[in-house]
Amino acid sequence: MNLKIAFNIAQTHLLTKKKQTMVAMLGVTFGIAMFIVMISFMQGVNQFLEDSALDASPHVRIYKQITSDRPSIIETINPDGLNVVHHQKPKQELARIKNGLVIARNIEQQPEVLGVSPQVSTQVFFNVGSVPVPGTLAGVDVMREEKLYRLSQRMKSGTIEDLQSNSNGVILGRLLARKLNLKVGDKVNVTSSTGGTALLRVVGVFSFGIQTVDDARGYVNQAKVQELIQKDANYITDLHIKMKDPMQAIPFGQQLARQYDYKVEDWATANQAILAGEKIRGVMTFVVSFTLLVVAGFGIYNIMNMNVMNKIKDIAILKATGFGGKDVIAIFMIQSIIIGFLGAILGVVIGFSLSYILSITPFDAGDFLAIDTFPVKFDLKYYILGVLFGVITTLLAGYFPSKRAAKIDPVEILRG
Amino acid sequence: MREAGNAHKLIDFKLMDSQKTAVLKATNINKYFTEPVRFQVLKDISFEVQKGEFLSIIGKSGCGKSTLLYILSTMDTSYDGTLEVNGQPLTGRSQDQLATFRNEHLGFVFQFHFLLPEFSVLQNVMLPGLKLGKFPTREVEERAYQKLRLVDMHEHALKPSSKLSGGQQQRVAIARALINEPTIIMGDEPTGNLDKANSEMVFDIFREISRTNGQTIITVTHDPDFAAGGDRIIEMSDGKIISHGYEAKI
Repeated sequence: MNLKIAFNIAQTHLLTKKKQTMVAMLGVTFGIAMFIVMISFMQGVNQFLEDSALDASPHVRIYKQITSDRPSIIETINPDGLNVVHHQKPKQELARIKNGLVIARNIEQQPEVLGVSPQVSTQVFFNVGSVPVPGTLAGVDVMREEKLYRLSQRMKSGTIEDLQSNSNGVILGRLLARKLNLKVGDKVNVTSSTGGTALLRVVGVFSFGIQTVDDARGYVNQAKVQELIQKDANYITDLHIKMKDPMQAIPFGQQLARQYDYKVEDWATANQAILAGEKIRGVMTFVVSFTLLVVAGFGIYNIMNMNVMNKIKDIAILKATGFGGKDVIAIFMIQSIIIGFLGAILGVVIGFSLSYILSITPFDAGDFLAIDTFPVKFDLKYYILGVLFGVITTLLAGYFPSKRAAKIDPVEILRG
Repeated sequence: MREAGNAHKLIDFKLMDSQKTAVLKATNINKYFTEPVRFQVLKDISFEVQKGEFLSIIGKSGCGKSTLLYILSTMDTSYDGTLEVNGQPLTGRSQDQLATFRNEHLGFVFQFHFLLPEFSVLQNVMLPGLKLGKFPTREVEERAYQKLRLVDMHEHALKPSSKLSGGQQQRVAIARALINEPTIIMGDEPTGNLDKANSEMVFDIFREISRTNGQTIITVTHDPDFAAGGDRIIEMSDGKIISHGYEAKI
């Protein structure tokens, strides 16, 4: 088998039928361009949602869960008896994490942990005129919060240092501030569920770009919340942990759950809806891309088949003059590969262009998400995958017609 | 005198000997067509062809002469009996082995020229040479020019082959058949589609290569003048050889 002649013949065949070659190529091009746009966009959405979820929520959160589903005393003592306990109330207990600050210090010393922020959070009402607006106050050490969530970059107005220097200060979420009609410098009265009240001064407004956070949360100093709910300075309700690698959060969370008798929640559990959406989009992308490539493959198959039928006389002559079955397969396979490869390259270019246009197209998601344009992920991997898919599809689509060409009996054709 | 006579005899003997080398040997060839009904096309065909011989096979349409030629060409492999070319048994070899063999040892000229239309005249002639891969491309090109000059087509070397007339295409096809210096050149009605002037030109080329290069020529033809100009005529009828042509020469 001599690949150089096979290549020359294949090249001549392609160049003499430029139109047909172009049509076959465009089939691949379209399939791959769409594949790239689809996968870039879908992965862009996935990444965007995951990033905003990961950014705004702790990788691992430790808190005390107050539940009422504890077994009644009589059931523990007399498990086999006929016990009827109706409407058992939860035990009165505090939502505190005992020794929270010590635990935080211990966790912070682990090498895979980026930072720990102990918090006291409580439900409050913001009183605006006579209307109480519900929300959450998170009592934090703002510098730790900065380390975990890069809070300073999310400030719409004011600075985080202002909170540190003002013991009555509060940083409000953007949507909450708008709802309450508050700006930096304004004062707001809050009432806790236990009845305590405090007058807070707005020192800043932040936005995470996530509605559920921006609409309800306010950051204050830890001591202020402890004072508001009349608890001591060691009263901690939540530990927020950020890992250096988010993927480490799941095993690390399991380890913490064994270590401490508190509820440990990792980001994957907290954001199950986002991860489920990601899975569905993944399957959708795969199905649509696969369909596109199969359609392109059938296009090439048809054209190659036609090509073989048109060239049946030439194949007979080549065979008569000493070209073997393998040479004939090589001639037609090379044509398929060239069509596939050029089509794939063109597809990559068009796919990139379309993705780029999509990525600069304005997109208004309202208050739900902070986003200006469609999220598109540019990753070399998808382009390589596209080319690979394209070439493999054309190889398969070209193989069967080539095989048929190799089986042509020259005697039948030459005798006429 | 006697010595000189002996010498003369010796030369004669040698000449006879070299002529006696069989380049093609067919033994007991039988072939059947199974469609639409089983039918015996070739019946027990046995013959030999000598080196440098210009052989024509004649006979009425349907007597099996073309079928026989395609068996001799190794392209048709469904037959009984044995075929030997250049002392090599070819029966039972694989298609790819036979293709390689054809490439090196056999040249073909068909009735309807059958050049590759997308390629230039030169490329058409060069292809089997490139396939053989015995010489570098430059040398194959040189040889192709040489063969084209032999058939007086060298001036058209760079034209696309589809732009040539029928007679010109046939001459290019002959040049292509010669490119690898095959032992045997086979023709299936090489002049069947040509006018008288072109037929004569093709005949002259065949005559020339058989005489000067010692290449064997086997053609199937309907053209009595063409056949008569050769060394030997095999006549077929109803799938059998009815005359081996030796008798006529004597």
